[in-house]
Amino acid sequence: MTTTTNTPASTSGRPYHGVGDRVRLWWDAQARPTQWLIGVPFIVFIAFLPVLRIPVLTTVGTDFGSVMAQFGMIALVAIGLNVVVGQAGLLDLGYVGFYAIGAYTVALLTSPDSPWNLTDQWLSQDWAWLFCVPIAIAITAISGLILGSPTLRLRGDYLAIVTLGFGEIVRLLADNLTTITGGGQGLKRVAYPRLGESTEHPDGVFSAGNSAPPWNSGLWWFWVSIVLIVIVLLVVGNLERSRVGRAWVAIREDEDAAEIMGVPTFKFKLWAFVIGAGIGGLSGALYAGQVQFVVPTNFNVVNSMFFLCAVVLGGQGNKLGVILGAFVIVYLPNFFLGRTDLFGISIDGNTIASYKYLFFGLALIILMIFRPQGLLPARQKLLAYSRQLYQAARRAVLAGEGRTTPVPADGTVDGRGPAATKDGGER
Amino acid sequence: MPLLELENVSVSYGRIEAVRGVSLTVEEGELVTLIGANGAGKTTTMRAISGIRPLSTGTIRFDGRDITRMKAHERVVAGVVQAPEGRGVFPGMTVIENLEMGAYARTFKTKAEHDATLDNVFELFPRLAERKTQVGGTMSGGEQQMLAIGRALMARPKLLLLDEPSMGLAPMVIQQIFRIISEIHDQGTTVLLVEQNAQQALSRSDRAYILETGEVTTTGPGKDLLVDPAVKAAYLGVA
Repeated sequence: MTTTTNTPASTSGRPYHGVGDRVRLWWDAQARPTQWLIGVPFIVFIAFLPVLRIPVLTTVGTDFGSVMAQFGMIALVAIGLNVVVGQAGLLDLGYVGFYAIGAYTVALLTSPDSPWNLTDQWLSQDWAWLFCVPIAIAITAISGLILGSPTLRLRGDYLAIVTLGFGEIVRLLADNLTTITGGGQGLKRVAYPRLGESTEHPDGVFSAGNSAPPWNSGLWWFWVSIVLIVIVLLVVGNLERSRVGRAWVAIREDEDAAEIMGVPTFKFKLWAFVIGAGIGGLSGALYAGQVQFVVPTNFNVVNSMFFLCAVVLGGQGNKLGVILGAFVIVYLPNFFLGRTDLFGISIDGNTIASYKYLFFGLALIILMIFRPQGLLPARQKLLAYSRQLYQAARRAVLAGEGRTTPVPADGTVDGRGPAATKDGGER
Repeated sequence: MPLLELENVSVSYGRIEAVRGVSLTVEEGELVTLIGANGAGKTTTMRAISGIRPLSTGTIRFDGRDITRMKAHERVVAGVVQAPEGRGVFPGMTVIENLEMGAYARTFKTKAEHDATLDNVFELFPRLAERKTQVGGTMSGGEQQMLAIGRALMARPKLLLLDEPSMGLAPMVIQQIFRIISEIHDQGTTVLLVEQNAQQALSRSDRAYILETGEVTTTGPGKDLLVDPAVKAAYLGVA
């Protein structure tokens, strides 16, 4: 699966000219301030989607706010997993383990059921969640280091299997360390931010008890996740454009060649793992706060696959792509859930939703045949240079508008170009 | 003192010893060739020098330092740079990005130095200059080989390791590549070349080692080996 990023775009040898490529070309040609000017209202629009309640868009079976909150968390997970899978090209099948460690860290430190509960001692219930988030990030990052140091010497499939095992180990530990984690009973009453307490919302707006749409807890958690996503995107984006990002691209493309070019491959793979784990932990902490109840069954291996599905579907290596992937994964099943009528046609939405794994499986297979690089593919360029190149290409396109011959920037701009066999030519 | 010195180097893959007690030296400014048939241990020797493959016994000294235990990426910083066998260019990166990756470990102190090195690479390989924005994976075999060598040059090597640069290329392109290797050597770079193409390699190198089933069997100046009856019979296809 890691090699999909390396395969030329299509077997028939024609470059892609999808809508996505055009949009990206246009987007990358804009100046930073313009990007913010368009980006911020767009984000605000997305943030208020659950309030606007646009008829067909709004989910029926589950509250739209909660669906979007779930989307926010999975988007964070996808961004984190994308650092590992998309950027550094390391196939991690146990990413749910980090998600679980993040969630359990918050739960263990704040749930009254836990022996390590701090909220009955010196930690105020009001700020406990916020206090635990950095701890959760740190602990998952360390667990990433512990998992990564021995296993990152492995490659490809072997790494995938070891990480798969790790995910299961975390879940089984949570299930069996009954005295600490409560086993299958889980940990209840996990702390959350006690903000906006009023007569209407005695436990604050973030409480799971605040369930009346549209201004319910789901919406508030969705907003928190949007803020976190923007922060994480800025951090990860800067990393990508740095020497670290260049090293990741080189490792993903050809690990031996990267080492020979003087890239300390092991160190940077470990970095990718640790950063990815930290982001997964952050998302887990968000989950623990939102649901306020943590049980091992939420962290089974199917979820790992689900996360990976979001990354692959959206486009490995592209941050916005994986967010789109997360949206598809979370929204589509919920779109059908409880729906009996779509544009006048009566459907059995519950049945469709219950077959979600079948549909996502099919979708992945179809995607691998027709668009193996995902819905919004990465441009397979060293990001440090791509922006300038895009702007140059944009100028070339503008200048060449009216010309009969196509601008040569074609293949080179989308980073894939007319696919040729790798060793073709002078053989 | 030689720039590179291998002393009694052995490398094993599991129980199979691919290289057995190889000793060789490369003096500063030399072009030395290692020739041998398939499976003689040429690439393994190369990988041992660049640090991808650990030694089972022996020592490697470079520039007066023992680098036997040094990691591959640290050896690049020290000045041992390899253009790998099978080219190993980054398939999704453009020519420019590939070249910039070459300078990853040894960054340029000034922009002028960067531009001068890049210009030199483009002068040696005008083909690369024409294809700056083409993606590595879509180039022809010969162009990829040029890119791999150009990328190694961006690290300004003290010792350039070239692993079978002629592999899988058309005779015309092989000629061209060898001419460029000579040119790089003339510019003052020490080169250790691994080749199966004995004719071309021997006629251009100062000295050569012949490797057979993991051991050095013959050594001497390239021109002498070219007329050596045993070498002729084994590698040059002349009875």
